[in-house]
Amino acid sequence: MSKPSKKFEGDPETTGHVWDGIEEFNNPLPKWWLWTFYATIIWAVIYTILYPAWPLPGGATPGILGWSTRGDVAAEIAAAEEANAAINARLEAADLTEISKDPELNSYAVNAGGAVFKTFCVQCHGSGAQGAKGFPNLLDNDWLWGGDIESIYTTVTVGIRSPDNDETRFSEMPAFGRDELLSKEEIDQVANFVMSLSGEPKDATKVEAGAAIFAENCASCHGDSGTGSRDFGAPNLTDAIWLYGGDYDTIVETVTNSRYGVMPAWSGKLTEAQIRAVATYVHQLGGGE
Amino acid sequence: MAILEKHKILETNATLLLIFSFLVVTVGGIVQLVPLYFLDSTIEKVEGMRPYTPLELEGREVYLREGCYVCHSQMIRPMRDEVERYGPYSLAAESMYDHPFQWGSKRTGPDLARVGGRYSDEWHVAHLTNPQSVVPESVMPKYGYLLDRKIDGKYIADLMRTNRVVGVPYTDEMIEAAVADFKAQADPDSDYDGLLERYGDKVQVRNFDGRPGISEMDALVAYLQMLGTLVDFSTFTPAPSR
Repeated sequence: MSKPSKKFEGDPETTGHVWDGIEEFNNPLPKWWLWTFYATIIWAVIYTILYPAWPLPGGATPGILGWSTRGDVAAEIAAAEEANAAINARLEAADLTEISKDPELNSYAVNAGGAVFKTFCVQCHGSGAQGAKGFPNLLDNDWLWGGDIESIYTTVTVGIRSPDNDETRFSEMPAFGRDELLSKEEIDQVANFVMSLSGEPKDATKVEAGAAIFAENCASCHGDSGTGSRDFGAPNLTDAIWLYGGDYDTIVETVTNSRYGVMPAWSGKLTEAQIRAVATYVHQLGGGE
Repeated sequence: MAILEKHKILETNATLLLIFSFLVVTVGGIVQLVPLYFLDSTIEKVEGMRPYTPLELEGREVYLREGCYVCHSQMIRPMRDEVERYGPYSLAAESMYDHPFQWGSKRTGPDLARVGGRYSDEWHVAHLTNPQSVVPESVMPKYGYLLDRKIDGKYIADLMRTNRVVGVPYTDEMIEAAVADFKAQADPDSDYDGLLERYGDKVQVRNFDGRPGISEMDALVAYLQMLGTLVDFSTFTPAPSR
């Protein structure tokens, strides 16, 4: 064993431990630290009395304040709802077509609807409501099921071909090619005719034959002149606005396999006020009728 | 405190030190383990929970394999902003048949705990094939090859058996009918009464990817479309003590 290290004047006491000649000073903890430490212990005890803390079989101790995470979030939501309750009630009571005539209500509905739109609708309809292939652009004047505010409201509420809503807007275009209702040649002809409605066909010689096929197979929904029908959500084929694409290949694909665009029903997922707000928002985007 | 003076005995006796160290670690272990024996009482009972159907379970495997959990959580926290964006906060029971759970810890993409029914099947297929085609701002990678990978449910019964070992209540009947149920769910023209009988009327039977045959896309979309839809929150009353 080596010699214990040399002590200097003013050195604190040692703890008395010696190991291989190494000794340990007994430095006391700073008082402020020590008292803070004791205070945290006392706080911990108080906390476990006030708040849910000790896990026991059958649930944790509830704490005398009765606080819970669930109660907290419910209270927060209730407070937000309470703050908007009056104007939401007005929104729910208002005639949809009258909303835009009440500046305060309209401003609320457009802003609230914008928030709803950005949360729930942009994934399909795009962050600027510009749509994407298969998902309609909401900025233009072309509407499949109607562009007045009541139609928009209905569409949002019940959805389109929504599997979980019985009232949903429904129609189904036949898969003319897949189900062998038309031959490849006939589809080729009718595709050329459809192209000719809004622009140049791929092969002008087939347009006439295509017109006959159209009149027989397509006109019942898309109309004799191809302007579509909102009763069936059948698109207007004469306006050069295309949901899936207006080139020859896409039209052939559409006629062959049909399309079956689905929009979820939002009743049950959104409140009545939210649905009215988002309908107001969409209606004022530019294409509303 | 005379006992505090005695630690030299421990410090100079290796065997004793080992024994006492072990005792200390045991206390820590017990604190962690004992609550697991009370899981029945810690997981709140809720209506509507059922094990995944074979096709959904397979979709979940695809979800795991592709590492979806790296960017997507499945855990809606009890906060107003989350509840208003994603729907009712997640309940413990909703992931009780998940092995492993998919709560995740990072949201590069949105939470998916209640994504079921929010978008159409067609959207999911378009989005998984090329996310930027529908959400131009997205940084999600493309998963179009899932459409080309056909699956037949050959090993799905084994997977269900494995899940049963860790506590998922698959019955013998469910495991026996695994392959049939697997195929029936992706084919609306099939006879899927047995599937609904075993897993409930709310099971969604559709050709999820809109193409012939069953692909991994079918399975993944079937899984996504049921996420968070099992519990009916219009009738659910939260227990205040949770």
